[in-house]
Amino acid sequence: MIAVEHLTKKYGDLVAVSDLSFKVEKGKIWGLLGPNAAGKTTTMRILTGFLPATEGKASVGNFDVFEQPNEAKKILGYLPEVLPLYPDMTVTEYLNFVADIKKIPAPKRKESVAKAVKVAGLEQVKGRLIKNISRGFKQRVGIAQALVHDPLVLILDEPTIGLDPAQIIEIRSLIKSLKGEHTIILSTHILAEVTQTCDGVVIINEGRLMASGSLEELTASFHRKEGAVVKVRRDIQDAAAEIRKIDGVEKVNPEDGDLKVEWKPGLDLRDDIARLIVEKRFGLLEMRPLAMNIEDLYLKIVSGGAEQ
Amino acid sequence: MKNVWVIAKKELRAYFTSPIAYVIITVFLVLVGFFFYNIMLWFNAQAMQMAQNQYYYQQININQMVYQPLFNNISIILLLMLPLLTMRLFSEEKKIGTEELLYTSPLSVDQIILGKFLASLAVLLAMLGLTACLSIFTFIYGNPEVASILIGYLGLFLLGAAFIAIGIFFSSLTENQIVSAILTFGALLLFWVLNWASSSAAGLWKGVLNYVSFLQHFDNMTQGILDTTDVVYYLSFAFFGLFLTHSVIQSRRWR
Repeated sequence: MIAVEHLTKKYGDLVAVSDLSFKVEKGKIWGLLGPNAAGKTTTMRILTGFLPATEGKASVGNFDVFEQPNEAKKILGYLPEVLPLYPDMTVTEYLNFVADIKKIPAPKRKESVAKAVKVAGLEQVKGRLIKNISRGFKQRVGIAQALVHDPLVLILDEPTIGLDPAQIIEIRSLIKSLKGEHTIILSTHILAEVTQTCDGVVIINEGRLMASGSLEELTASFHRKEGAVVKVRRDIQDAAAEIRKIDGVEKVNPEDGDLKVEWKPGLDLRDDIARLIVEKRFGLLEMRPLAMNIEDLYLKIVSGGAEQ
Repeated sequence: MKNVWVIAKKELRAYFTSPIAYVIITVFLVLVGFFFYNIMLWFNAQAMQMAQNQYYYQQININQMVYQPLFNNISIILLLMLPLLTMRLFSEEKKIGTEELLYTSPLSVDQIILGKFLASLAVLLAMLGLTACLSIFTFIYGNPEVASILIGYLGLFLLGAAFIAIGIFFSSLTENQIVSAILTFGALLLFWVLNWASSSAAGLWKGVLNYVSFLQHFDNMTQGILDTTDVVYYLSFAFFGLFLTHSVIQSRRWR
């Protein structure tokens, strides 16, 4: 549905995006993940036809965004990083205007706007001026704006930036509910956003592709560590020594008051470890799975040394 | 055309749901009314004196003595006020980030520019149209020539259209509305007085400077002379401004 091939964008000497290629299948949500200034916004601006690429191709649906920009723009909804809102319009006026410029025929306009209002949860503010509504609602208006012409493809640049945690959860579930009907790319620098909402991820840094694939593929392609992080109340060194004696445990590292336990792949030793700690009276405070490996990968990329 | 109208409608709503249009139109009418009042006082005194003498009595011409100075005054007020009308057109979109919405919509750049141009023309038309009330007095107490008044108004409208096109061009250059207004004002004033330089120029330059200046063409029209050269001049000036705007927007996006 969305295809980017060997995309390069230079601003003068500055290379913002360099030889980037990826594909997103119909009905999936993909995350464009990378630290700030990685080239996420530039990539999205090229995909939406706002900026031209220096080299390479990008297509949305079956339309090349450079060759057939108007056809591509018709099936595309875009939420820019800076919300493109007119503060002096009411929410309904604004959505009507967007419906007009997206060339929705007049008889269908009312219905389309009503649907966007409903999906984005704007019923209670639809008559108010945009400048008077809260940041969370503005973000929703931004999403409603991208949705109003029922596009096949949605491109969302940092859809949860600047929101409070409750609003972030709301927007994420809103985005998830759009999956299937729409093919979605969202950009973020927050890993949790990708693991919670996306089917796949493209990780970029300094304009270059670092890794891409579905979440399962990516985690599987790395040596999968299995284990748990354990917190005990007392005698952490003794506890470490005892846990090491359990069959199948490969490594136990005491780190910042936590015990990082790793075991052979395919096992699950959480029961044994818990029983041991309780029996020996070390005081079990907490036990959680080891962090997903994609996080390690991402941190490596962000800190500079990419492996793949 | 429908797409142009969508943009024009949005701009008109922006003008008329905010104080901008009302303030500009009101201040414009107050100033025009003041000038008209003074011109009428002067005309009355003048006409009284001239009526004493049979020869001068024939010379009293309300078109020449009232409308011509009035149109000149209005043109100066337009020069001062139209940059304030156009300064926000593109600068604001750039500043608040809505240009991304416009340029990623299936509208063409031409349609967007034209829509904004038409909206400002509509405000200009309202400004000029409302000054027509002043003519009630001249028609009750005198018998001015309608055709030359209409040509004078056409001149003002064309002049205003050229001003607006230049204003739109400078608005597309910057995201700062004040910078946009000052640049427009400076450029308009320069074109206004360009023919001053022609007195010391010679040959081809003299002709060029005279032709390019706003003033020469406007004088003809306030006198009730309708010459296609003047109409073509203003229309090509407006077209040139819009064309430059188009180039600026395209080049920004291709940089």
